[in-house]
Order: sequence, then structure tokens, then C-alpha cells
Amino acid sequence: MPQLNAVPLSWYLMLSAILFTLGVAGFLFRRNIITVFMSIELMLNAVNLSFVAFSHHLRQVDGQIFTFFVMVVAAAEAAVGLAIILTVFKNRRTLSIDEVSSLKN
Amino acid sequence: MPNQPDLQLWLILFFPLLGALINGTIGRRLSKGVIGTIAIGSVALSFLWVARALSELGQLDSPHIERYFNWITSGDLKIGFDLSIDRLSSIMLLVVTGVGTLIHVYAVGYMDHEEGFWRFFSYLNLFMFFMLILVLAQNFLLLFVGWEGVGLCSYLLIGFYFLEKFAGDAAKKAFIVNRIGDFGFSLAMLLIVVHFGSLDMTEVFEAARKMPIEASGGVLTTVALLLVVGACGKSAQVPLYVWLPDAMAGPTPVSALIHAATMVTAGVYVVARSSEVFLKAPIAMEVVAVIGLITAVVAALIGTAQNDIKKVFAYSTVSQLGYMFVALGVGAFSAGIFHVVTHAFFKALLFLGAGSVIHALHGEQDLSKMGGLKSKIPITYGTLMIGAVAIAGVWPFAGFHSKDAILLAAHAHAPWMYWVGVFTAGLTAFYVFRAIFLCFFGEYRGKAHPHESPAIMYMPLVILALLSVAGGYLPVMDWLAPLYPAHEEAHDLTLIMISVAFAFGGIFMAYFVYVLNPGSADGYAKSLGGIYRAIAGKFYVDEAYDVAIVHPIEHGSRSVLMNGVEEVVVEGGVNATVAVSRSVGGALRFLQAGNIRSYALYVLLGAVIFLGVMAAGGGIR
Amino acid sequence: MDLILFAFFATIAVACGISLVVQKHPIGSALSLIGVMGSLAVIYLLLGAEFIAAVQLIVYAGAIMVLFVFVIMLLNAGEETATGRSWPTRLLGIPLLAVFLGLLAYLLQRMSPSMGTVTFGAFNTGAREIGRSLFSKYLLPFEVTSVLVLIAILGAIVLARKEID
Repeated sequence: MPQLNAVPLSWYLMLSAILFTLGVAGFLFRRNIITVFMSIELMLNAVNLSFVAFSHHLRQVDGQIFTFFVMVVAAAEAAVGLAIILTVFKNRRTLSIDEVSSLKN
Repeated sequence: MPNQPDLQLWLILFFPLLGALINGTIGRRLSKGVIGTIAIGSVALSFLWVARALSELGQLDSPHIERYFNWITSGDLKIGFDLSIDRLSSIMLLVVTGVGTLIHVYAVGYMDHEEGFWRFFSYLNLFMFFMLILVLAQNFLLLFVGWEGVGLCSYLLIGFYFLEKFAGDAAKKAFIVNRIGDFGFSLAMLLIVVHFGSLDMTEVFEAARKMPIEASGGVLTTVALLLVVGACGKSAQVPLYVWLPDAMAGPTPVSALIHAATMVTAGVYVVARSSEVFLKAPIAMEVVAVIGLITAVVAALIGTAQNDIKKVFAYSTVSQLGYMFVALGVGAFSAGIFHVVTHAFFKALLFLGAGSVIHALHGEQDLSKMGGLKSKIPITYGTLMIGAVAIAGVWPFAGFHSKDAILLAAHAHAPWMYWVGVFTAGLTAFYVFRAIFLCFFGEYRGKAHPHESPAIMYMPLVILALLSVAGGYLPVMDWLAPLYPAHEEAHDLTLIMISVAFAFGGIFMAYFVYVLNPGSADGYAKSLGGIYRAIAGKFYVDEAYDVAIVHPIEHGSRSVLMNGVEEVVVEGGVNATVAVSRSVGGALRFLQAGNIRSYALYVLLGAVIFLGVMAAGGGIR
Repeated sequence: MDLILFAFFATIAVACGISLVVQKHPIGSALSLIGVMGSLAVIYLLLGAEFIAAVQLIVYAGAIMVLFVFVIMLLNAGEETATGRSWPTRLLGIPLLAVFLGLLAYLLQRMSPSMGTVTFGAFNTGAREIGRSLFSKYLLPFEVTSVLVLIAILGAIVLARKEID
């Protein structure tokens, strides 16, 4: 039983793993494009947590720098991705991921 | 061998090659004058370079070898690009380049109205290049390169009028029959490598010199016989002579250069060059002599019944080559080479003269449509007459000296050979003069308007005629004497008189049948009946080959290879591969559902596998 | 104290995560995601990453998620209809995920003795440390990301504007 003010690092990593798995689940099982996109953001957050945890463990700031960059990239990705979703919606009039399958076979 | 002054022998080869390349690549856009100048010039330059090299080398007591670069190194076998001149090759070089130049000059005039002028001279120069490689080669493999190369050029030139089917067929026949000979030559080379460890001629002949004479079969005999197979192919001896008469489908200068003066003598040259090997294999020498004798007689007989003027001379070439083989076989190597030289003169003259006649008659080659041309084309008539007298062996013309040297040597070896040879000499005189009389005497039986050839064509004829007259006095045999063991030749006047008598007999018979009693020939032919038909049908050799060899191969190819192997194995194999590929692709196609979520699933699957491997491997660290 | 805080906010995060996956309407998922991000920000604070926690709330939850909500409103996305065709996903997805989580758990459990514990205050990094690192060791990535952001802006503008035809 851990002490009251010392949480094992593996618990943080386990939380990260669970959140990541939830993100993958959302990606696989949801049909709405926007929800899928949000699942991706969830995955990125899980990974961020992992980075920060290790940064604390190794007493280095580099992990946090990485998190910083991940956030920047996530922002850029969100901007462009949502623009794409808007365009797809304009052309296909649908938000279902299954119907955007022109590359079939 | 100490390295003598570098004479740049490679230039002898290079000039014709350069001419061939220039004419071959840009010749289409050049004018005829330029093409002709390049072609003649390159061969003339070769001739001058040969002359210069020989003048610098002087006596040539030992061969002058120039080694350029290492061509093949395989284990212990080293084959280099080595050229050499010795007394034997010096003579061949002079003949090839000298007569070659004359024929090139003639050809510029003869081919003036032909399509593909540039192509012709490109091929002709290429031929000179390969022939010179053959002559200058210091090792067997390089000689074989030249050997094959002249075969290729012969194919290209025989089939020059490629739009005619018979020309293409003749070219293929020449190449394929030659191939059989080449196979023998290759086997000989392999045997030499295995036994002597080298293909360099000096080394091989040194080693052969130390070996004992083989009374019965042995390595040297086998090598010699295989070389003879090759020589039979190239020099048109029985049984591989059938390509030469058909080769007359090519333009006449080609017949003169390749099939009279140079390429066909390559076989004789190789045997003479390899005299060390042959002298130790008496069985092979006998074989050579007998083959030569049979060829000489059979070809002479067939020549008496031919109606195409070029075919008469073609069979004459085969017959004369037989004489050279007889000389080699009885050990009179220098006499054989002497006959090569004189034959080059008068045979080239005869062919070029025939070409002049054909040119005058606008393409007519049939003797039965000629006649009475001696007043209409006098220069051609005069030079052809000289050539005919030379080949008949009348003193003091060139043919007499060389042929008699051979006949005397044959008599010293085995008298029956002499008698066969003398009879053939008579036949030679007969058929040559038959052609001359049918062509130039009597009444003109054709429909064209004959006119004399231009100077560019008759000048070489005149020069060759002079050589045919005086060539017998060239000291060829003395020059070659140190190379070969001394030959005791009884200078028997009786034998010489008999041979001259046979020659005159042949001429007179021809005169009697064709001039004094024109038209009587048919009567004689009928009375000889079956024999005449056999002769006129060339002894049905071509037909025999067709039935025995050509048809079975064709049938076998069609049924076994085409329908069997090709359909089942090759096509089937390819189709099976295609089917497999298609089915696998079809199966894999379902992975590409276009559905993003299934792609994600595959990524997840990959990640799981990766993690699984890591876990199985014991985790991190 | 750390333990209680951690357990509390971890539970919130997982609950919000499950809610994100399960919600029918996209707006519900968006709000769940904001919940996740908030809890994660607190956890970052527990790990001593003050600056990152602030950035998480300001940029991630404050800007990106707002963008998401705008787009959901713009597209007037409705509730999701029942899932359709993708059979491999339904069949394989759940087992694979279970295996995935299981493997991760296993690996973490193997590694856990060698890892230490997290105590609040053991390692505090603020803007100063991050700034120092960002402008010395990670200068090049920093500059490159600014180019990346520029490209993203351009891309978004180009993609989403009306066609001028």
C-alpha cells in the first residue's frame, strides 16, 4: 500500500494506458467523424501524461518540452483537420466515417 | 621473344573498322563519292601500313609479336589481345589488303546503281576488319573471333539483296553450314586448352614440336581433325561445301572478295599455321589430302554442267580449294599457300570479269543467253581470257607454277593422287574454257545491248590480269621455305609435261564442243544420260541434306519444341504465375476496404503484435 | 494527500473518457473531453509540471476544444445513427483492445519495481526551466514548429473558404 504522499509512477502510466485504450476504442467504434477526431485528441493527451510522468521520474525537463510540442502540433492538426471535415461535409453532406470510402478496393 | 620495335600493328585492323563505322553510321547521308573514298581509302591505308611494317621488319626470321592487353584471365589460362606477323601471315596480309583494295575500287563502279550503297561498303570494310584479325591473331581465340566475324559479314553480304527470298535463304545456309565447322573449331580449341593449357600459338606449337609423331589416334590427331572440320566449313570442302554455290546470290564483288580470294582461304591458312600439329598427326594429313582430292574432282565435274556463269566459277573455287587441301595434306604447305596467292589473283579476276559481263548485259547471268561478246566488250574479254589460261595451268601463267608444285608434291606422296589431280586439271581447263567460249564466241543469243564497263571497273581487271601472268614468279615458296620441313621435290619434267598436256586437252575439247560444233553439247549430254543428269543435278547433295537433316530438324522442332515445350512449359509456366498472382491479389484486395476504421484496426493489430513480442522477450530492459 | 488527489482526479478522467466513447451526441463527447483535460491538468500539477498544466488548460481545453464545439455547432451534427457495415471492427476490435490493455498492464507491472514514486514537490519545473531549455537545446524544433503553425493556418484558410468560381 503506497504511502499517502508517494504515488508509484506505474499508476500514472497505467492511467495513461487506460486513457489511450479508451481513445482507440472511440476511434474504432464511433461513426461520427468529429467524435473520431476527439478520440485522437484523447490519445494524444494520454501520451502527454506519459511524457510528463517520465519527465518527473528522470528529473529532466525534456519530457515537458516534448509535451509542449505535442500540444502545438495537436493545435495545428485540429485546425487543419476540422477544416478538412468541413470540406468533406460540404461535398458529401455526411458526417459518417463509413461513407467516405472512395478508396474502396 | 624480345619485344621488337612497336609497329602499331593494330592500325592495320583499325583503318577498315573506322571505315565500316563511318559508313555504317552516317553513310546514309553521304554522297557516293565520299562513301567510296572512305571505303577504298581505309583498305588502301591498311595495305600501305602492312607494306611499311614489312619493310621495317625485313627478313622476319622470327615472328614479330605485339601484345596489347590481357583479354581473358581464368585460372591459369591467360588470353591476350596479341597480334603477330611472321612469314606466313605476311603473305596473307599482302594478298588480303592488296586484292581487297582492287576489289573495293571495282565495287565502287559495280554497285553504282544499287540501293544501300553505304551499307554495302560498311559491311565490306567490316569484313576486312575481321579477316585481318583472323590473319594477325597470335592465339586461337582471337583467330576464332575473326573466323566468326567473317562468317557474319559473309551472311550480311550474301543476303545484301535482302528483299529477295533466295538471297536470304542463301545467307542463312552459308551461316548455318559454317556453324557446323565452327563447332569443330571450338572443340579443337577446348582440347588445346585442356591439353596444352594455353591458346597462344607460339606456346602450343612449341609444345607440339616436342611431342612424338602419332602413328594412330591421339591428342594431336584429334585436334588436327577437329581443325579440319572447321576448315571444311570455312573453305567449302566436302561435305560442307554446299553453301558456296548458293552464296553467289550476293553481289559479284562479294563473291570475288570473300568467296574466292580471302574468307574461303581461312581454312587453308589455319591448317598451314598449325603445321606443327599436323606434321605430328599423319592420319589427319591423309584425311586432309583425300578430302581435298574428292572435293577437287566432284566440284570440277559439277562445274562442267552449270549454266550460270557465277556458279561455274563458284564450283571452280571449291575445286581449287580442294587442290590447296591436297597440298597441305601431302606436306607441301608452302605450295598450298602459293596456290592461295595465285588463286586469289586469277579467281578474283574471273569473278570480277564475270561481274563486268553481267554488268554489260544488265544483269544476265545465264551462259545460254550470252555469246559473241568478244568484240563488244574487248577489255573484259582480254582479261578474262588471261584469267582462264592462268587457272588452266598453262605455262608461264601463274596457275601453272602453283598447281604444278602441288601435283609434283602429290606424286611424291602417292602417285594415284597425282593422276586424279591431273585429270581434274583437265576438267578445270574444260569447264573454264567452256564458260569463256559460250560467253564470248559464236553468235549473241541474248536481247540486251552490251557495253563495256567504265574504267573504274576495268582497271582492277587489268591489274589482276598482270598479276595472273607474272604472279607465278613471285618467290612465295622460297620465302616460306624456312617455316616448313624441306620437301624433296623431284623436278620431274615428264610429270610437268603431262599436266600441261591435260590442260591443253581440256581447252581443246571445250573448243571442239562449243566453238567448232556449237549445239553439239546437248547431243553429248543426252548420250551420257544418267551420268549427265547426276552431274547437272549437283549429285543431288543438297536434296540429300534436305531429306536427311533439314526436314527432320524442322519437323522435330515444330512438334516437340513448338507444340510441346513452348506451349506447355513456357506458356503454361507464365500463365500459371499470372494466375497465382491474380488470385493472391484478389484475396488481398479485401483488406483495402476503403474503411478507415478497419485500417485503424490493422494498426492496432500491429501494435499488439509488437507489444506481444516485447513482452515475450522479457519487457524493457 | 497526493494519493487521494490522484485517485480522485484519475477516476474523473477515466469516467470522462468512457463518457466520450459512449455518448451519442458529439457535443456530449466534446464536454467529456474537456473534463478529461481538466483532470489531466490537475494531475500535471501533481507531477510538478506547472507550466504544462497551465498550457493544457489555456490552449487545449480553452482553444482547441472551443474550436471543436464551434464546428459541431456549425455542422449541426445530430445524434449518431446505429453502426453499419464494418464487421472486422466489431468482431476483432474488443478482443484486440483487451489484449492491448492487458499487455500494457503486464509490461508496466514488470517495470514498476524499478520505477520510483511521485511526490509532490520533488521536481518542480516552471516557465523558467522550460524557457531555458526551449531557447537553447530545443531551439531548432521551436523554430520549426512556428513554421508548422504557419502552414496549418494557411491550410485551414485554404481548405475552409468558399470557392471563388
